[in-house]
Amino acid sequence: MSKLTPSRHSSSEKGSGGLNRRDLFKATAAGAVLASVPLAQKESQATPVKTSAHIVIAGAGAAGLSVASRLAERFDGAKITIIDARKAHYYQPGYTLVAAGLKSKGYVTSTTKDYLPSNIDLIEQAVQEFDPEGNSVTTASGQKIKYDYLVVATGMILDYAAIEGMDTDRIGQDGLGSVYHSPEKAEATWQAMSRFADEGGQGLFLRPATEMKCAGAPLKYTFITDDYLRRRGTRKKTELVYAAHNKTLFSVPIVNEKVRMLYLERDIKIIPDRVMTGIDLSRKVGVFSTPEGQEEIPYDFVNVIPPMRAPNPVRYSPLAWQTGAFAHDGWMEVDKKTLRHERFDNIWAVGDIAGVPKGKTAASVKWQVPVAVDQIVATVDGKTSDSFYNGYTSCPLITQLGRAMLVEFDYQNNLVPSFPGVIAPLEELWITWVMKTMALKPTYLSMLRGQA
Amino acid sequence: MKDLDLGTLISVFQEMMGPLFWLLLLVAIGGLVAFGFVFLREGKLEGARLIRSEIIGVIGGFVALAIMAWVTESGFTDAGGPVDWLLIGVIWGIGLVGVTVLAYAIQGVMTIRRS
Repeated sequence: MSKLTPSRHSSSEKGSGGLNRRDLFKATAAGAVLASVPLAQKESQATPVKTSAHIVIAGAGAAGLSVASRLAERFDGAKITIIDARKAHYYQPGYTLVAAGLKSKGYVTSTTKDYLPSNIDLIEQAVQEFDPEGNSVTTASGQKIKYDYLVVATGMILDYAAIEGMDTDRIGQDGLGSVYHSPEKAEATWQAMSRFADEGGQGLFLRPATEMKCAGAPLKYTFITDDYLRRRGTRKKTELVYAAHNKTLFSVPIVNEKVRMLYLERDIKIIPDRVMTGIDLSRKVGVFSTPEGQEEIPYDFVNVIPPMRAPNPVRYSPLAWQTGAFAHDGWMEVDKKTLRHERFDNIWAVGDIAGVPKGKTAASVKWQVPVAVDQIVATVDGKTSDSFYNGYTSCPLITQLGRAMLVEFDYQNNLVPSFPGVIAPLEELWITWVMKTMALKPTYLSMLRGQA
Repeated sequence: MKDLDLGTLISVFQEMMGPLFWLLLLVAIGGLVAFGFVFLREGKLEGARLIRSEIIGVIGGFVALAIMAWVTESGFTDAGGPVDWLLIGVIWGIGLVGVTVLAYAIQGVMTIRRS
């Protein structure tokens, strides 16, 4: 796929004393050439493949909607059905900005129907059961839907119940925060964090030991809290503690080192090998498992991030990994390059549910969807596709209000910067903040519509 | 960025600004056409008018920076590296050139209409 590249222009004539009519004509001509640059040919603009196949998409979140939009353009005559009980659509990458007090919950909330192509059937029910041998899914009301091809994009569940004593109704009260829960709770978390920033005390930050959405988010929120404390003059009477689930802060070694150095610089204490197992909301104490046994850590503000797992209909179905690191939480067993199921060749997984290393972010979705769609179209057309996913994902890692690092990497932990030599991946920059606050949401919405 | 083509850019800008994107595009094209019309009609760039327009353009550059600061809830004080200063220069430059061309065109059209 071609990219927009700057055109080379011949230099202006020697001896030209200033702008004259002839120069202007030249400039106009150059402008016309630029304006006539044809739109790059997208796969979606290729001739649609004729088929009468029934394609079912389970889940209408970022991944499901993006797949639906692209499939709708790539097929002529296909019946495409998307199934999801939730009517609302959440722009989850924006939760951090809501919890930072920069955006309201309205910024991240819209409806699924806003992005659904007209030629797609929407069934507003939850998928209760997958039967890959019988090529069908069953909804919560018992409706059985047969398919020829299935795309699983159910997302994941936040397992708050696994943290003993946790009560999501109390998020926003008594120093309890949890950015991930929902737009409402992200806003409530901001209120709790803002009160903490006024008063100071001990701030406790953590991440679960499971796979998780955007592993940079817990780190970002620690940085943001630190910045608010400094701005409000309460940092000196505050201790910030980050309880890491293992010995690292981030799975990509070079990024881990950078964040470790920044935490050192900002006086954020790192305690490794701590996994939250419980919380006492009245005593304001977090309970952690450690190699030495159970440990209690007091807090005045805490950002609880629960374990994340595959939803039960996937987790306890033949679709899940049967062995290996992804089996315990039930992630879907797919080939990490093609996203096709390892045992059922008419099934693909996209987004959080895919049992692949790295990548449970919107950026992962953006890179996974074109690959999965190419693979599906080729399969339906009786061909093979050379489109593969390399594990690309990215995270604008906010390090203070107004600055972020644009961290992009792949399966091999390589940094894969989109703008090499221009935007340094491990540099705290305003331009990355500008991208996060201005460009990310429009790009995400374009992705849902199959336009980006 | 993957698939950064003109179609993607238009789609992203449309999501970012809604109808304002098309309005701004219209103003930009209208300004350029009016500028071209004035230049062709007069056969030269009128010095005094250009200087007046550039002075207004300088203010336009700062307004562009202020708008960016407002939209991103941050500002040039957050600049952390050379590319940030480049971006600030580019934003200021776009504001400067855009407003200069518009101001020149409007003044030129008014002069032509009077004569």
